[in-house]
Amino acid sequence: MKVSRRSWLHFAGFGSLLTGVAAFSRAVTGQTAAAPVPHEGHGGHHGHLLGTVGRVDPIGLDPMVYLRSWNFSHLPPDERVKFYRETPRPDGTTLREYEIFAVDREIEVAPGVRFPAWTYNGEVPGPTIRASEGDRLRVRFLNQGTHPHTIHFHGWHPPEMDGSLPEHEVLPGESFTYEFDAEPAGLHLYHCHSVPLKRHIHKGLYGTFIVDPRGGRPPADEMIMMMNGFDTNFDNENEVYAVNTVANAYMVDPIKVTVGRPVRIYLVNITEFDLINSFHLHGMFFDSFRPGTTMTPSDHTDTIMLCQGERAILETTFRYPGDFMFHAHQSEFAELGWMGLFRAEAAHRDS
Amino acid sequence: MTPEATAAVADRAIVDRPSPLVWIFALVPLLLLAALLALLIRTGPAEMIQGGNVPPVERLAITQVRLEPGRIELSVMNDGPDDVTIAQVIVDDAFWAFEAAPRATLSHLQRTTISIPYPWVHGEAHAVRLLTSTGVTFDREILVAVETPRPSLRFFGIFALIGLYVGVIPVALGLLWYPLMRRIGTGGLQFLLALTVGLLAYLLVDSAHDGLAAAALVPGSYQGTALFVFGAIGAYVVLDLTGAWLANRRRTTLAAGVASGWVLAVLIAIGIGLHNFGEGLAIGSAFALGELGLGTLLIVGFTLHNTTEGLAIVAPLARDGSAARVGIGGLVQLGLIGGVPTILGAWLGAFVYSPLLAVFFLSLGVGAIAQVTRQIVMQSAGQQGLHAYLRRAPVVAGLALGVVIMYGTGLIVG
Repeated sequence: MKVSRRSWLHFAGFGSLLTGVAAFSRAVTGQTAAAPVPHEGHGGHHGHLLGTVGRVDPIGLDPMVYLRSWNFSHLPPDERVKFYRETPRPDGTTLREYEIFAVDREIEVAPGVRFPAWTYNGEVPGPTIRASEGDRLRVRFLNQGTHPHTIHFHGWHPPEMDGSLPEHEVLPGESFTYEFDAEPAGLHLYHCHSVPLKRHIHKGLYGTFIVDPRGGRPPADEMIMMMNGFDTNFDNENEVYAVNTVANAYMVDPIKVTVGRPVRIYLVNITEFDLINSFHLHGMFFDSFRPGTTMTPSDHTDTIMLCQGERAILETTFRYPGDFMFHAHQSEFAELGWMGLFRAEAAHRDS
Repeated sequence: MTPEATAAVADRAIVDRPSPLVWIFALVPLLLLAALLALLIRTGPAEMIQGGNVPPVERLAITQVRLEPGRIELSVMNDGPDDVTIAQVIVDDAFWAFEAAPRATLSHLQRTTISIPYPWVHGEAHAVRLLTSTGVTFDREILVAVETPRPSLRFFGIFALIGLYVGVIPVALGLLWYPLMRRIGTGGLQFLLALTVGLLAYLLVDSAHDGLAAAALVPGSYQGTALFVFGAIGAYVVLDLTGAWLANRRRTTLAAGVASGWVLAVLIAIGIGLHNFGEGLAIGSAFALGELGLGTLLIVGFTLHNTTEGLAIVAPLARDGSAARVGIGGLVQLGLIGGVPTILGAWLGAFVYSPLLAVFFLSLGVGAIAQVTRQIVMQSAGQQGLHAYLRRAPVVAGLALGVVIMYGTGLIVG
């Protein structure tokens, strides 16, 4: 096998030899290779060869439920009260109390692909916390995991509530109560700030934190999207990308929206390892409020770029019925799972 | 037979016949071993040590890649101890549709075929990645995407032609020096035999290097290095026995001196044939995988390089002198033994190549070449002994030139 010794096998870069290979191949096969593969438009998933194969187990985080729930609104009242309580305060604001616990749990990030996650309340992303500006938050955090964890909120708070310094770490089996006022109005996030930071974040310890302005925002069909990724083989690169954890989840089950009804997307980027992530919507434009701290849009666009920890509120209204793709405009992320569909349907007139 | 002798034979018979107890002695350790294995499987001491809930050890070997228009096919083997489930396939950083037949979950040494409908691009590179259920990845690079040749008459013809160019013709050309060798006298002949030893020694190192390199690519479960080493030793022993058998057969019809030269030539031809088979495998598979450019210079290099192999085959014949001429028929036989395996190797390599096959044949080649090298040295040295032989000027010059020629022609091939 002198061939390999003479490094015939590794001649990449010697372009002239390529023509030889090509000529040879044609001689052998009598035809040119690589016939195009039929590829449907953006219409249906079934025509796509791109994408994950199969469906995720319904047990675990349901991306469709996560999309439109906050403050444990997806739980029945008797269950919900175990994790979330509201108490009106004399000044008209609300005391909101949360029970958050860290726990190790294996989750499914793509059909058949399990990831040994560290989670808040057993789900990645963790539960969405939503308050009005000036509300009092009391978050009781119990660490049931195997490593020290914290909750580090973005937003105004005193330093001892920051959950970032070594003395803030909550050891396994211990607990800590974070208490602060919800400020400023806007779209924020929370995540574990124990070190090594990269591992604690990419393992799944993060969630969305929404502070509504006093008086609220105009009514809309609201949804939460956390752009995340998973390094399943622990080589400090993501194998799987998604919004809301499950690769291609909204490709398999498109998000149903109504033509003419405003849509508001709370978009947060928590992707680890990659410098940026992005959101691109087909066939439409949206107003972007970054990070939702003012009521004046900062942009009217169809593509928005966010670095890790950055977020934006996107508002738009579907004009036409049909399927509208949305995905990261880094093609690599899109093809590794961060791609989905809106399915706009005409409004029902029930009057 | 005298009575004493009869008694002695009877005695030995009693001693030689194994008593029933022997069987019990043989079986007891085996039975205990079986009991121990049962105990180990029941109690699982490894799990006790690791504390349970340990991720499985996943190891997949992608043994073959085939490209059809619009389709990539992988042969995959589970090379690890635990079950592995292939959950997703990523091609060029994109999740892609795939089918696993007959299975997606492989237990130890089980195989499957992954078929991916992917619009690969001719002449470009692609990266295929298997993602298992635990998130472990196994990668395979396609350096230059070229459609995998399918067995057809045309296909066999083309690879026969390649084998002819790099194997048969060069060896045949080398054989044509036979008449010259019979006329160059003792000193010249000694020089040529030493040259042959130099050539073979070089081939030996070369084959060993390539065999061990291929052994590194073989799935770990197959223990490539052990396979290579013992394959070589086995080939050496078998060739030794074959040589003795051939010599015995020839001696009945020809004079003793004649036989040894012919037998040695046959043995060298076999050794070189095995080496060329391995070479053919590598060439065929490299073409099939699109990893090999077919340039004129490369063909020229191979031809030069392998012409020396023909020389190595005929050198021992010349030593026998004109008393026993080897006819054209004999030369053709030797040429076929030495050269044709290149064609067979190219055929096989082009559509069923595996590193395992390469290791196997290269190890046989190494054993065979080692055996014939030793034969030539011993016969050339004769009564004078190895040390005296190695101090003679024509011998030293021949050895050195042999190595230099191989190195030089190797340089041309790159």
